[in-house]
Amino acid sequence: MGAMILRRLAVAVFSLIGVVVITFALTRVLPGDTAAYFAGPAASREAIEQLRHSLGLDKPAAEQFADYVAALARGDLGNSLTTGQPVLSDLLSRLPASAELTLLGLLVSLAIAIPFGILAAVKPGSFVDHACRLVTTAGVSLPVFFTGLLLVYVFYFILGWAPAPLGRLDVFLSAPPTVTGFFLIDSALAGDWETFRGALSQLVLPVLTLAIFALAPIARMTRAAMLAVLTSDFVRTARASGLTPWSVLITYAFRNALLPVVTTLGMVFSFLLGANVLVEKVFAWPGIGSYAIEALIASDFAPVQGFVLAMAVMYVLLNLLIDVLQGLIDPRARTAT
Amino acid sequence: MQRRDFLTTLPAGLAAAGAGLAMPAIWSPARAQSRQETLLIVSESGPNNLDVMGVGTTVPGYEVSWNCYDRLISHEMKTLPDGTPYYDRDRFRPELAEDMSVGDMSVTFRLRRDATFHDGAPVTARDVKWSFDRAVTVGGFPTFQMKAGSLEKPEQFVVVDDHTFRVDFIRKDRLTIPDLAVVVPCVMNSELLKKRATPADPWALDYAKQNTAGGGAYRVTRWTPGSEVVFERFDNWKSGPLPKVRRVIWRMVPSSGNRRALLERGDADISYDLPNKDFSEMRGAGKLTITSVPYSNGLQYLGMNVKKAPFDNLKVRQAVAYAVPYQKIMDAVLYGLGKPMFGAPADAPTTVSWPQPTKYVTDLARAKQLLTEAGYPDGFEVPMSFDLGFSQVNEPLCTLVQENLAQIGIRTTLNKIPGANWRTELNKKEMPLFTNVFSGWLDYPEYFFFWCYHGQNSVFNTMSYQSPGMDRLIDGARAAAAAGDTESYDRDVRGFVDLAFSDIPRIPLYQPYSNVAMQKNISGYQYWFHRRLDYRAFSKA
Repeated sequence: MGAMILRRLAVAVFSLIGVVVITFALTRVLPGDTAAYFAGPAASREAIEQLRHSLGLDKPAAEQFADYVAALARGDLGNSLTTGQPVLSDLLSRLPASAELTLLGLLVSLAIAIPFGILAAVKPGSFVDHACRLVTTAGVSLPVFFTGLLLVYVFYFILGWAPAPLGRLDVFLSAPPTVTGFFLIDSALAGDWETFRGALSQLVLPVLTLAIFALAPIARMTRAAMLAVLTSDFVRTARASGLTPWSVLITYAFRNALLPVVTTLGMVFSFLLGANVLVEKVFAWPGIGSYAIEALIASDFAPVQGFVLAMAVMYVLLNLLIDVLQGLIDPRARTAT
Repeated sequence: MQRRDFLTTLPAGLAAAGAGLAMPAIWSPARAQSRQETLLIVSESGPNNLDVMGVGTTVPGYEVSWNCYDRLISHEMKTLPDGTPYYDRDRFRPELAEDMSVGDMSVTFRLRRDATFHDGAPVTARDVKWSFDRAVTVGGFPTFQMKAGSLEKPEQFVVVDDHTFRVDFIRKDRLTIPDLAVVVPCVMNSELLKKRATPADPWALDYAKQNTAGGGAYRVTRWTPGSEVVFERFDNWKSGPLPKVRRVIWRMVPSSGNRRALLERGDADISYDLPNKDFSEMRGAGKLTITSVPYSNGLQYLGMNVKKAPFDNLKVRQAVAYAVPYQKIMDAVLYGLGKPMFGAPADAPTTVSWPQPTKYVTDLARAKQLLTEAGYPDGFEVPMSFDLGFSQVNEPLCTLVQENLAQIGIRTTLNKIPGANWRTELNKKEMPLFTNVFSGWLDYPEYFFFWCYHGQNSVFNTMSYQSPGMDRLIDGARAAAAAGDTESYDRDVRGFVDLAFSDIPRIPLYQPYSNVAMQKNISGYQYWFHRRLDYRAFSKA
């Protein structure tokens, strides 16, 4: 398996080079003039030209690309004009926020979707199956920003149960000392339960929003895979041998249905990273999605390039992880790669 | 790890994760700090730079500068009829300076002797000179803003002694003194910044971008770009009465619906960039204090490129001016939150003020007739452009104009331009028909006209309008203002306003309102020319 991982990583280098070239080209082709935007509404033409010069945007594109790659080799992703900070530190400080949200969203949707999918498969055509169909259809049909706003409206504005949608923490709490950047983990490590509670309560609505969105593919895939497995010979044999329904369902059927579910999980996770952008906007979440959008609106190249690069790296790692998991679940997958 | 091990640990892992989510409540809702002394502001976007003289500092950064740095002088307040305090263009009050004496070709300031910077260093005339030198040297927006008041060279700024500072005039200009009270000429801690300067960055732009190095009433103690700015009061502030609010937290909340929810639930104290519809509904509900003040020296207008057919034809421009659905725009787009700049009575005399309403009204029959006289009985096709960054107003506005223009045969397509691209497009001066806003910090008619109508063809003369008669009147008014010749000044101002309305290269629509919503227990909002908040005057009951 070690060799497989190394081989995959070597291939990934080429994808990353492609990503660097393409994002650079794309950001330059996009309409928008960084200098004119940041020179402000009261800028004269000379002021814009001066700014363009000081940003190095008056150089030929090839030279700009050479500068960019040289900086990249030093680990420098450039500076963001929107926040005024180095892109690398921006991404590093914002990535945990997005990751905490996305991972929790995934966990919650798994916790709901898998039992739901299994139950629906065990009793096809039953009340549970119809409920599963209804919930999943609603989950995919509602755009995340709508679900998010609806949840805020009901649980914050009308009922007052949820805290104000003001990002990761209430304004009067201070962030826990950074260890992992995940507020839940950091505050638990610091033993600061008030901050833990604050961070958790801020997470509830955005996590729910993401979970509702991610529910559908996981539940449907679990149901389909379970249906296929439950009709197979070995399940019939297991039943005939008098094993308990639980042991047939979980030990024999579900483990064999896991493979397509894990593959779907990888896909859902990447969807969630995309959906994050909107959820972060709605909940004022200081993650990388909202960061990239703000930069894009301002034609701020460096953060957009940094964001795409970071995402590309994450996708490569994610796919690798999924492949490794599949190898662990099913020996046949190991020989296939 | 083997398959069997992995599969047996999997359920346990999931169960542990599930338990983590269901962790019991072991907390108390005690608040570390009292809300009472803290002001919570929510807005769409925050600063990208804490230094107004920085490279590419965006407007929210002006708010930081205004509250964290002192200027030599500032404006007195006057009160609008609705009770809102409004800066008084014509009366100055000392801030860092104790007094100001204006000579023929110079102005001298005596500085407060007890004023210090946040780090305790005394403020001296050398700091003032260093800061002003910086403003006229770094280039970009600060330098051009200084130039607007004929403040151009470091030699103009003279240190007389530790607490006396003089500005020499290079020419007589009525805007020199007002330009010293805008956001840009703030006084910075020169000793601190010099220590942080490097040969590549002699003005310490990098340090000042991240840190407030001044002596103003507040200082930034925490800044998380894109999400939060926290200000603490500087208790040793001497340039005015000690502000009542000890701490200001400014959070960025991108969704306007959530900003409104935060206000209505009472969680946020102040917000100022909500859609007009929200403001008008919240005003109706009466739970919050809503203040609406017209932008000083600001106008939303419909511009036409006079260098190109068909708008090079005066009658076509007049036809468009009679076709605009003015009142519909006021009602359906602005929800009444704007000051009409049309439909003055036919016998109303032109005043010496700006902005003032035109005499145009919606009259489609007349518009159609003018268009026929101009030689376009069947109309023509033309794209109408607007800035998507302000689409909440621009899109419905252009749609209404589009409908009416179609009725006189002018077929328009809407050309939506992304915010980042808008200024580039304006600079090209190729858009035939567009809507835009211009507002000047310095509230003088000749200032507005110099930028927007003068033949020097600045960025803001978006219509490429050039007329020798107009230039003569604008130059005349500027000279008369500098010389204090009221009679010729009044004559020239009336002259250029009349000419702008009869030649009508841009059609004034309305003066936009600057809207602020706050909780009932918040008082002390003041309107400033920069339209940002002044924390020093706020108090929380």
